[in-house]
Amino acid sequence: MNEILNFLIEYEILIYLLLFTILLGFEVISKVPSVLHTPLMSGANAISGIVILGAIILIRTTESDNYLTLIIAGIALFVGSINVFGGFFVTNRMLEMFNKKKKS
Amino acid sequence: MDKILFLISAFLLVWGLRLQSDPASASKGNKLAAVGMLIAIFSAVIMPLENSFSNLMWIVVPLSLSALLGYLIAKNIKMTSMPQMVSIFNGLGGLSAVLLSFAEVNKWISFPDSYQIIVVIVLILSLFIGSVAFTGSLLAFAKLDGYRWSEKLTLPFQHVVNIVFLSLIIGFSYYFITTPVISFLYIIIILSFLYGIFFVAPIGGADMPVVISLLNSFTGITAALTGIIFGNIVMLLGGILVGAAGTILTVLMCNAMNRSLLNVIIGGFSSSGSSKENKEQGEVKEISDSDFAVQLFYSNKVIIIPGYGLAVAQAQKLCKEIQEALEANDVEVKYAIHPVAGRMPGHMNVLLAEADVDYSKLIELDQANGEFKTTDVAVIIGANDVVNPDAIDDSSSPLYGMPILKVWESTATVVLKRSMSAGYAGVQNPLFFKKNNKMYFGDAKESLQRLSSELKNL
Repeated sequence: MNEILNFLIEYEILIYLLLFTILLGFEVISKVPSVLHTPLMSGANAISGIVILGAIILIRTTESDNYLTLIIAGIALFVGSINVFGGFFVTNRMLEMFNKKKKS
Repeated sequence: MDKILFLISAFLLVWGLRLQSDPASASKGNKLAAVGMLIAIFSAVIMPLENSFSNLMWIVVPLSLSALLGYLIAKNIKMTSMPQMVSIFNGLGGLSAVLLSFAEVNKWISFPDSYQIIVVIVLILSLFIGSVAFTGSLLAFAKLDGYRWSEKLTLPFQHVVNIVFLSLIIGFSYYFITTPVISFLYIIIILSFLYGIFFVAPIGGADMPVVISLLNSFTGITAALTGIIFGNIVMLLGGILVGAAGTILTVLMCNAMNRSLLNVIIGGFSSSGSSKENKEQGEVKEISDSDFAVQLFYSNKVIIIPGYGLAVAQAQKLCKEIQEALEANDVEVKYAIHPVAGRMPGHMNVLLAEADVDYSKLIELDQANGEFKTTDVAVIIGANDVVNPDAIDDSSSPLYGMPILKVWESTATVVLKRSMSAGYAGVQNPLFFKKNNKMYFGDAKESLQRLSSELKNL
């Protein structure tokens, strides 16, 4: 129990932030027309690749001869950033199609 | 410096996502979010860290390789395969979180004092959710891509098995935290991978978009959990945004199909099956090429209902050709888009956009249902369940209650279809046997080709 309390105190601000961001996320997305569901899903999916920041930090805090951790984190960075880059590129491709049409 | 950059990137991510919920600004929103992400990656590379080492190559090489690979995949993927691609990407994101949590937990085993127990609990949670997102997404991909084995992958007592697995995972996690032996960790990972498969297995292929959206929000949650561990606010923010957005999208999609999320997860759709296959159905009437062309040519108003069949046959451009031929003869042509046309909500809009169909010609469900009464011919191309009258008339049908396009209110309907086989929900469609309906059999592309040349001869 003490553990949990300590955790809450130590991460107090992060936990507040967590709560507000959940509300923000709901608010931002709540009124999306179904036309945009597919691009939005792929766009949001790209953002979820933000987990690669953790991989970068882990690589930077690992001793240069700790190959096991470096390889694991390197693979994590690699697969995670495919999600990021691929996601943004493909979302862009989809949305450009909508744009092209509106101009004509 | 890095703190300011993180702040800017957090703002860009939120604002970008906000803009993406409006068609006019969506493209800009995506670009803003991408810039935000780049800034975040850059700041993570330059931020000052205690005990840091210069492992720059370990960062630059994977990043540039995956940027190239991601770009190539995104550039070359067919628009019809979009749902599959999103699910693969999402799986990779989940895998990334799994590897990361694994590396951190591994560190804890070597240096038990480096973390508090509660941090390890958060890590294992992230490991679990990430694993479920990973294997779940891969199975969702297999189902979407139509691998036969993936549809049959169901166990007896599915829900009991799931609960047993969940309890095993919790039990092993408890043992692992009290006695940190690495083999327990492997068991937890394997069990979590299996759980991801069991979670998605009973859900029917038609519901995969909902599942992907749900798994997407799972990946977001793992990103946020890892963000707490690394004390990185942008990770937390981005992860939670995706978690919340994914959850809302999941609910919106369920609403469009008139199903509850619970119902989707338990997999009622595929199992309730075809309750009334033997019902008296009457005869179907076929229409000839020339009759069809003439009928369309002398109409005042035609509404096209495109479905996935149109997309797989890659016939969107032909569809546009026919639209132009008819418009040249003063026929009003519109496209009625059901919210779940294609394989995902909004998928059909993307596909038609690819074929340069004018945005103003696409009408949504409610507007379309108001216009069928004044329509001469409704042409259904490769769609089935979304025009099934049983959704209104037959309370025993698995489709009952789903909002559908009331095409039969038009003077005539023509269904383009490969055969008389049932649609994705596995039920027969009484529309085909209605008096004012005619069938035009064949692959969507070939059929439209025949129709197009017939129209040119008139």
